[in-house]
Amino acid sequence: MLFEAPQTTAEAVALLAKSKGSVHVLAGGSDLLVRMKGGYVEPDVIVDIKRIKSMNVIKKTPEGFLIGAAVSCGRMGEHKALKKAWPGVVEAANLIGSDQIQGRCTIVGNLCNASPAADSVPALIAANALAIIQGPRGARRMAVEKIATAPGKTSLKKGEVVEAILLPPRPPRSGDAYLRFIPRTEMDIAVVSAGVNIILGRNGEIMEAYVSLGAVAATALRVDEAANAILGTTLDEDALDKLGAACAAACKPINDKRGTIDFRIKVAKVLARRAAKLAYSRAGGK
Amino acid sequence: MSILVNTTVNGDIAEFVCEVDETLMDALRNRLGLTGVKEGCGTGDCGACSITLDGTLVCSCLVLGAEAQGRSVETVEGMSDGATLHPLQQKFLEHAALQCGICTPGFLIAAQALLEKNPNPSEQEIRYALAGNLCRCTGYDKIVRAVQDAAATMNGAKR
Repeated sequence: MLFEAPQTTAEAVALLAKSKGSVHVLAGGSDLLVRMKGGYVEPDVIVDIKRIKSMNVIKKTPEGFLIGAAVSCGRMGEHKALKKAWPGVVEAANLIGSDQIQGRCTIVGNLCNASPAADSVPALIAANALAIIQGPRGARRMAVEKIATAPGKTSLKKGEVVEAILLPPRPPRSGDAYLRFIPRTEMDIAVVSAGVNIILGRNGEIMEAYVSLGAVAATALRVDEAANAILGTTLDEDALDKLGAACAAACKPINDKRGTIDFRIKVAKVLARRAAKLAYSRAGGK
Repeated sequence: MSILVNTTVNGDIAEFVCEVDETLMDALRNRLGLTGVKEGCGTGDCGACSITLDGTLVCSCLVLGAEAQGRSVETVEGMSDGATLHPLQQKFLEHAALQCGICTPGFLIAAQALLEKNPNPSEQEIRYALAGNLCRCTGYDKIVRAVQDAAATMNGAKR
């Protein structure tokens, strides 16, 4: 087993590309070390990306907020401008684990761990976030919902690493929200979750909408039918009913100890409605 | 492969050799003899191994020993000023905020991290901030009261 802590993204990509066997990127370690301890993975090479300066920053750029892959979720919560622009994304990131976990866990790690119940992912999908991927063939960008392909599996190729998440610029009258259901108030994994992002027109009508659900399918879902159901409306009861129905129709959940299929579908409907209301009011809708 | 790690622990320069997959918790306990760092779950759920790493509260069971290179580590062993207990330690004793004691070092470190960020937390804020620390003895009430009392003492000393 080898441990490498490169100083640059180029070095990290070179290490990931040339290393043989089980090669793992280490960001916060809150998933990787648990899997190692459980014996589910036995890495040959661990590449710690936390010494890479460019991955350690939150930056406001003309293209929007760039959040480096090594930035802990706790640091996202301390960034006032990011929180103001994307309260739903930051709340989702801050729901992961305890303060101890917040000091380590990252949204890129959450994304690449590819759990269907990952808290930050539905919020990122609703935000239209892009993953900035670096690899042996240079950089590419991909919509976040295309990273996870199945539980624990990603579409990243050999040698590739997600360097940062890009959240698009915020126009006026926009707001987002993320809600999850867990049986307690802290320290649990989403049974169902919903992220909604809304942009209002001048007259308060919904001009753009994006809806995402977590923990109701093999990967977090983007639910365009639900978003379309509220376009042009002021989120009246009828629009909310249609949004809920579209969300219920999109769910393909499993039965497990944390929730039954029927329960998850019902809760998805409720959470999507509530998240839409919250996003709408954050966008300035009345 | 063994790795030589140079780091700072409780303000002192420290050096240890560890395996790649060895956690910082194990390195602190077994290589440096800092057994105030406790292992509860080993998976980041219980907080008994809480330390700060460059000032950030973390579970040392979820950090590799190798990651401590060039960083600054604080454990419960560095909390008191010689024989003078930290106000949190003193208040934990006075309120009997511990029974078996295995969770106590983690609670102390987490509570210290909370009070540094928020010197006057509400009961609810304390309960949320300590949600990552499990205690099977006290039922938490005494711990919350000890933290409140320590905060009051520390704020009083500052005035």
